[in-house]
Amino acid sequence: MSDEKQDRTVSLPVLGDMDRRTAMKGVGAALGLGAFAAAASPLTRLGEQTSVAEFMQRHYKELTDEDKQTIFARLETETKQQYGADVTIRDHQPIPGVRYGYAINLSLCNGNGKCMEACHRENNHDRATNESYIRVFEMPKGTFDFEHGSTTFDHDVPQDDKYYMPVQCLQCDNPPCVDVCPVEATWQEEDGIVVVDYNWCIGCRYCQAACPYHARRFNWQKPEIPADEVNPDQSYLANRIRPQGAVEKCHFCLHRTREGRQPACLEACPTGARIFGNLLDPDSEIRWVLANKRCFVLKEDLGTKPTLFYFFD
Amino acid sequence: MADGSSGKWLAGTVAAAIILLGAGIWLVTAGGGATTAGTLPDDLVPIIGQPETEADREALDPEAEELWARFVSRPDGPPRISTGLTDELGREVSVSCASCHANMDPNPRIRSADDLADFHHGLAYDHGNMSCLSCHNADNYNTLRLADGSAVDYPDVQHMCSQCHAPEARDFARGVHGGMTGYWDRTRGPQTQKSCIDCHDPHKPAFPRMTPDFKPRDRFLEPH
Repeated sequence: MSDEKQDRTVSLPVLGDMDRRTAMKGVGAALGLGAFAAAASPLTRLGEQTSVAEFMQRHYKELTDEDKQTIFARLETETKQQYGADVTIRDHQPIPGVRYGYAINLSLCNGNGKCMEACHRENNHDRATNESYIRVFEMPKGTFDFEHGSTTFDHDVPQDDKYYMPVQCLQCDNPPCVDVCPVEATWQEEDGIVVVDYNWCIGCRYCQAACPYHARRFNWQKPEIPADEVNPDQSYLANRIRPQGAVEKCHFCLHRTREGRQPACLEACPTGARIFGNLLDPDSEIRWVLANKRCFVLKEDLGTKPTLFYFFD
Repeated sequence: MADGSSGKWLAGTVAAAIILLGAGIWLVTAGGGATTAGTLPDDLVPIIGQPETEADREALDPEAEELWARFVSRPDGPPRISTGLTDELGREVSVSCASCHANMDPNPRIRSADDLADFHHGLAYDHGNMSCLSCHNADNYNTLRLADGSAVDYPDVQHMCSQCHAPEARDFARGVHGGMTGYWDRTRGPQTQKSCIDCHDPHKPAFPRMTPDFKPRDRFLEPH
């Protein structure tokens, strides 16, 4: 008996006279500390990619005016550091009483692609990939099935047996991309434009999968733009340079259109195929087009209610 | 009592002045006046109601609450014909139409440059079955000629094109043809619309073929 008792109380060699309960507490504490350190390690690595201020930034809709000024100043400084460009980031608000509409005359569009290029430059897209919010499809006459379309055509336009259809975000009134976003990083504004808070986006790309029009783009890499090509006229929800890992999309050039100006793709169109305006103004050009041309929308059966229309005349 | 009545008198005067001022601004900004398309508001009839001179344009008060104008771009005046010669400073020597045509009898049967023994060789013509003098004014080659025989200046060429191209002219008047630049919202700024010949060669008006020179290069778009 006494031998057995003595065996039980013999101490572990490394812990001296500590009993087993105390030893287990120590082990538990050490494991707990280790687990905490591992869990917190993204915070310690934060400085490499992002500032604490950016990590702690709240959703755009929760920001006060002072918050916005601080954030915009930080983003301007970061743009200067990373791209060497002096930019101004502003916060364009919807104009009361305005719902934007866009119409494209497919009888005039000849597929020259100047709209894509204008979008590329206006919206500070990555230069290496020639990214753009617009894709111009070359379509065989007689079908709207994009499976038969091509975006990589490389010949003079227009071809006699083809028509050309530029596709960009249609700013749906019932946007499926907004429904699926798990963090509400994308929403529809009062003027109908569907916007993205690029800093709130977690890059899950659900919205890309939900969009029936391939209107959204994902920043696989940090955009590379030479300093002298950065468009300095920027807006937080629009054309500021997007971070890697965020989803982006056409915003009807809201940094221009909310100042009353025409979108960049419209001004660049050499065929005059594009008409933009206020759907709520009965005297606007866009309303005249809707009333007098045979307009249609893409994939109407999906119920997305686009506010970008197409017509032939 | 005296103070009160004089106050009312003053208020009435001010109100009348404001009304008169408003009417004045409306008259100035409405511009042009003589429209034939009675159902269209004046500001949507640029073919007829556009300000024609710089003075007219300056009269449009940019601060007024009324809409800003929609300008139609005004191409250069009468064309000048290159002689193929250069002067002492290396500048190209060109002459006005009248330099030669003043001494020539007009021939209404000429339908393209190919019909001419001299001059205008190489001018591509593919614009219906018209005579040169369908558009060019034999009485004054520095102007164009409408179907009713009246002259129209070169910068106002859209008046002439509109005679035949009615659907385009209608869309143009509505701001739906002729590619806009500037402001969609004319409470905030003006628009500029292209003139017909900014995009269409008047002698060969079909829009030219183009070569796309910009293609996105993301990995999903590679041919496969």
